[in-house]
Amino acid sequence: MFRRLEARGTGATVTLQFEGRAVTALAGESVASALLAAGLTAGRQTPKTGAPRGPFCMMGTCFECLMVIDGEANRQACQVPVAEGMTVARQEGAAALALDADPVP
Amino acid sequence: MSAGFEAAVVGGGLLGSAVGYGLARAGLRTVILDEGDAAFRAARGNFGLVWVQGKGVGSPAYAGWTARSAALWPEFAAELEERTGTALQLSQKGGIDLCLDEAEFEARGRRMEALATQPDSSFRYEMLGRNALARHLRGLGPEVVGGSYSEQDGHVDPLRLLGALQRAFVALGGTLMPGARVSRIVPRAGGVALQTAEGRLEAERLVLAAGLGNRALAPQIGLEQPVHPEKGQVLVSERAERVLDLPTTTIRQSGDGTILLGDSKEDAGFDIASTPHVMRTIADRARRSFPALARLRVVRSWAALRVMTPDGLPVYDRSETVPGAFAISCHSGVTLAAAHALAMAPAMAEGALDPALGPLGAGRFDVQAA
Repeated sequence: MFRRLEARGTGATVTLQFEGRAVTALAGESVASALLAAGLTAGRQTPKTGAPRGPFCMMGTCFECLMVIDGEANRQACQVPVAEGMTVARQEGAAALALDADPVP
Repeated sequence: MSAGFEAAVVGGGLLGSAVGYGLARAGLRTVILDEGDAAFRAARGNFGLVWVQGKGVGSPAYAGWTARSAALWPEFAAELEERTGTALQLSQKGGIDLCLDEAEFEARGRRMEALATQPDSSFRYEMLGRNALARHLRGLGPEVVGGSYSEQDGHVDPLRLLGALQRAFVALGGTLMPGARVSRIVPRAGGVALQTAEGRLEAERLVLAAGLGNRALAPQIGLEQPVHPEKGQVLVSERAERVLDLPTTTIRQSGDGTILLGDSKEDAGFDIASTPHVMRTIADRARRSFPALARLRVVRSWAALRVMTPDGLPVYDRSETVPGAFAISCHSGVTLAAAHALAMAPAMAEGALDPALGPLGAGRFDVQAA
């Protein structure tokens, strides 16, 4: 659905893991940008209705791009730069919150 | 604009909307005049507790009125939901006030006992130690020593409540006038005339429910409403899976999954800015209560102004000089909404103040001044 403009920058790439699939991204771009270029449409399901949603504003405002990044829920994929070896998964509904688990420091 | 109404309510917040709904429901041709976005709008900022515990120590009238409203809430919510199709997310399965040290726990126990044993009390509670508390709430922090529990407590979505009251009011034929700031009240034969920027309207009955605006309006019908602002700040987290089965006084999970943190009290005049120091204090107490909450992001914060009286209790008065006119102020617009709509308003429709409210007039402040 999305097509990249002519490549700029160094042309360096990194590889991230999206739900077990290797996705090649341009160094310096956001997770949302990389996944849209790789054909992603919906990156999450809403907690209230389960409706599929995907990255929209790409500038940190709309919160439609929430995904699980490196195990952390509800990250804004449009605000997180890609990194080599990063793992990304769709955000299915509300964030899990393990109340009984060891508290964070 | 020139129209005659059987009742006019000045103020379109939770108090005015509940009374307006109750008057329309009693069959009166009613108008609600809402100032507009320049108003301080406590109803847009509140936390959403339907709360009985701790309220009215030393004032059986206020304690009783609060308990009565909480008991009316189930039928009130069902009625509003049926009229509007709005799910209010009411849950009255009990509520808890956590204690983070032994001194707090002991002081709380004395306060709860005083409330439960004062005259005419219907207050029911239990002091729960840490282990008993853990049966109601998971994930308690190591500092939590216990808490007070009352089965009479609960919570509701306050914005849905406000919207539902106004929609139900309009559906009953009520007239909701936004942007209608009342500048002057003129008593006249058989009622009052109200001056707004848009024009003048007349009504047989009048209820002043203008929050902090009541202070200036009430003297025009021969009453005093000595209200002042008390600032409260609220933080809201991103949505999370359902983890909190019961609300506490400062932490509750909404029906949509967000977690609200609140309950600061500041004397800051009319300032409604969020401030980092208070936000940090609120977040810190939440983290000590439920350490896992530290993993959640805060997505919104705001401040609002409680409508506070010198003794913290609501004020309800009927004018002696202007028949059929009332002035009322409170800072528990959510908890008391059911009693305001289903008990107080029908009496006002008959020109009377509910007898239960007799001890809650502003005359009590004159005694202290004398």
